[in-house]
Amino acid sequence: MINFQYSRANDVADAVRQISASPSAKFIAGGTNLVDLMRMDVERPTKLIDVSKLRLDKVEETANGGLRIGALVRNSDLAYHPLVQRRYPVLSSALLAGASQQLRNMASVGGNLMQRTRCAYFYDIATPCNKREPRSGCGAIAGINRMNAILGTSDACIAVNPSDMSVALAVLEARVNVIGPRGERSIGLADFHRLPGDAPERDTNLEADELITAVELPPQGFATNYTYLKIRDRLSYAFALVAVAVGLELDGNTIREARFALGGVAHKPWRNTQAEAQLRGQQTSETTFTQAADLVLRDAKGFGHNTFKIDLARRTVVRALSQAARATPQSQSDKKIL
Amino acid sequence: MPEANAASSVSVTLTVNGTKHVLTLDPRSSLLDVLRDRLDLTGTKKGCDHGQCGACTVLADGRRIVSCLTLAVITDGASVTTVEGLAKDGTLHPLQQAFIDHDAFQCGYCTPGQLCSAAGLIAEGKAQTPDEIRELMSGNICRCGAYPKIVAAIQQAMRQS
Repeated sequence: MINFQYSRANDVADAVRQISASPSAKFIAGGTNLVDLMRMDVERPTKLIDVSKLRLDKVEETANGGLRIGALVRNSDLAYHPLVQRRYPVLSSALLAGASQQLRNMASVGGNLMQRTRCAYFYDIATPCNKREPRSGCGAIAGINRMNAILGTSDACIAVNPSDMSVALAVLEARVNVIGPRGERSIGLADFHRLPGDAPERDTNLEADELITAVELPPQGFATNYTYLKIRDRLSYAFALVAVAVGLELDGNTIREARFALGGVAHKPWRNTQAEAQLRGQQTSETTFTQAADLVLRDAKGFGHNTFKIDLARRTVVRALSQAARATPQSQSDKKIL
Repeated sequence: MPEANAASSVSVTLTVNGTKHVLTLDPRSSLLDVLRDRLDLTGTKKGCDHGQCGACTVLADGRRIVSCLTLAVITDGASVTTVEGLAKDGTLHPLQQAFIDHDAFQCGYCTPGQLCSAAGLIAEGKAQTPDEIRELMSGNICRCGAYPKIVAAIQQAMRQS
């Protein structure tokens, strides 16, 4: 780990002032990802600005019936928050499917949004990686790519976003509130993370001098017909091969509203609004769900080791939609897939 | 552990197992390295140093965390409990006794982390069934494979708490 200057931010304005004065600085809260990357010499910030003591740790109801989650709320606190468990159980479930309780006790909501890919080539500084070192090449495309992307890839990068929380936030159409030297703005979850394109070094559309202050959830929480189904190499404490978050609104067997997003398959949580539109007005059935899954995976592309994920993703989408339709969401403790 | 140098060193106050320490630290120091190398509390173990094995689990303000991925400077003001702080007045913590009763280890290297993690688990109160215990203890790897006995030991301690 290279040496760095360390300073504590007194308040949000101070944090913004400090990052504006040091363009190569980074914010740190839980540090579960950043400290690891610094130890591997993947991240080499000259300064860390500690925002962990800022008062961004509240979960509050908003005037329109939604929820505002402070950026420093710990992942474990959010997963077990009564309002989240009652009104947004898909978010609680996704959080509990990620990492371990120790890491959830450390990791913040803002940090989870900013966590970087676990692509092995990104972590290994002896290999080329366009995300770590722009224009150095990609080790994964012709390498060991079992965990890599099948959707939205580019010739420069086939890394996946590792977050479970973000997949649920995509289904909930959350918004990310940020502040910077040019003021505050709100970014829709769909526009927060980026596809790699020819600039895979940029994971998100957050500017380097902006700080996440909160995540806002709209009122619609899909509290009855939802699931978070995560398929992985170990039953616990492993990143997703494929994960699917679902929220449905049903009228009898008729689908009124359908949202679903895939994790573990792309550089961002993967939604296909065309496939969701195709479900609306249809009867819940495996045939309907399979048609939607086929549409999502139509343009999927494998790279050898990960080609099996196309079929796995198709079946996981169908299973997850079925779980949500039956109101039998995936248990994150007994792991039985019904 | 890097030596603190005047240019970038940071003053940190930590209460560890009830004893207050004022330390001058290189900001790169992990809480794990400070506990082991500065405070000589070597019960907390370094396994992977990447937050993947749980051997370094301690309680910070009552919550279990991995001390390897925790920069010590960020824990300024915190109250930390390590495995050395679990026993009280010479009496083993109920979890320590339960691990002995159930022979819940073989080599013992993961045990300090298992004990601190289980203490956090019991305090959280979210695990009731064996499935829930297994899932919420999944951050602690035991390469000897003592998992069934670890679950039994935790169940015993939960009944006593």
